[in-house]
Amino acid sequence: MEWKWEFTWEILPRLVVATGNTLVAAGAGYAIAIVLGLVLALAQRAPSRVLTFIVREFVEFIRSTPLILQIFFVFYVAPQFGIRLSPWVSGMIAIGLHYSAYLSEVYRGGIESVAKGQWEAATALNMTALQKYRRIIIPQSIPPALAGMGNYLVGIFKDTPMLSVIGVAELIHTANAIGAEHYRFLEPYTLVGIIFLAISLPAAGFIRLFEIYVRRKIRL
Amino acid sequence: MQDFSKFPLEIKGKNRPMVSFKKVRKAYGELVVLDNLDLDVAAGEMVSIIGPSGSGKTTVLRMLMTLEKINDGVIYVDGQPLTHMPKDDKLVWANQRYLRTRRADIGMCFQHFNLFPHMTALENCMEGPVQVLRISKQDARARSEELLEMVGMIDKKDEHPSRLSGGQQQRVAIARALAMRPKVMLFDEVTSALDPEVIGEVTHVIRKLVAAHNLTMLMVTHQMGFARDISDRVCFFYGGQIEEQGPPAELFGNPKKTRTQQFLSAVREAI
Repeated sequence: MEWKWEFTWEILPRLVVATGNTLVAAGAGYAIAIVLGLVLALAQRAPSRVLTFIVREFVEFIRSTPLILQIFFVFYVAPQFGIRLSPWVSGMIAIGLHYSAYLSEVYRGGIESVAKGQWEAATALNMTALQKYRRIIIPQSIPPALAGMGNYLVGIFKDTPMLSVIGVAELIHTANAIGAEHYRFLEPYTLVGIIFLAISLPAAGFIRLFEIYVRRKIRL
Repeated sequence: MQDFSKFPLEIKGKNRPMVSFKKVRKAYGELVVLDNLDLDVAAGEMVSIIGPSGSGKTTVLRMLMTLEKINDGVIYVDGQPLTHMPKDDKLVWANQRYLRTRRADIGMCFQHFNLFPHMTALENCMEGPVQVLRISKQDARARSEELLEMVGMIDKKDEHPSRLSGGQQQRVAIARALAMRPKVMLFDEVTSALDPEVIGEVTHVIRKLVAAHNLTMLMVTHQMGFARDISDRVCFFYGGQIEEQGPPAELFGNPKKTRTQQFLSAVREAI
């Protein structure tokens, strides 16, 4: 088995397209996770004990079961209850839901890191609960949460290959297809590895820079 | 269900106190912090609260700011109940919505300033007026700048708290509280966390307030000299009760109770 450059160039365009799909999947999944994660984090602090308990258990459940099982549930089990979704939509929902549980913990840590005095000062200004979160607490809880949020961005990107099992044409799915067509796996898998590396490594660096930028910007 | 029928629905009359604690009790589980506290503060009066740590002095202010719930009794502000609300001609515990309507009368400054670190000095002052009082940004800015001028911080209005000294932060915090136009101002050990050389700039601001405004003020402090200078009345707290109170000259000059004498001589020893 030797490396064939000609074959490499031939399959590269297909992998570039698949890279785009992977990035879209990761991006959309992350967008869902980032919003839903905040909702879950705030719901866990709600005055209602029942709501807090339900959300807490939900987060624990998501975190304690494999992502692939959740993907299967959304894609294969949901249709049996009449909810029929495309592989793409199922994949985004499953991965977004999965990571929202992890992100909610990151937000929770950030919110809990805000000093008690900040809540009291906000109360002394007679703010509503919503105003306290929106104006005082959340802006201060984001910077300490950024590192964790960045880790999960890279994490969600590396987990997108899971979506290949339900037929989302991301990188691994495409590499598999190429391999099966040509009976050559060395080049496609190597390229996929290089592409993941080429995106993950700089991303981690950018996240770090962004964190520094945000901290400076709000002078924490 | 507690019965509050022995407390009036409101306190009427022209000479009604601005703040009135009636039989207030506060306990953390078994530990009773304040027991059966009765304290009236007249409109425009400056009352200092002194006493050993653990005597419940800070709790008095925190209850008034509604940061702590009380276990029994009623607190009235400007004649209206604060901790309770009228329902079917009876007082019941206040809910959040009612508290929001009553809390506007009270402003507070904290030992550790608690400025919002992600906002400039000016933004800290404008936050309450714009978000809570819903006045226009222009008006809020004018009001805030005027107050920052008064506390001598107008030059630093665009600085974030991390760039300010403790004394400067506390002066901004005073401006921030005043921007809400409270009827009652609470100062909770506002100089305790400050370096000795900057205490003066904060006490100077409070002196100015006492001289120029008709605000009702309650101040918890360890600075006996300052309390003596500016207070209309000094309350000595001991073991969750007011052990002794009176005009500063009397309480500091001729304390009647043994515990007051002991405390004051111990404090003098420390200086």
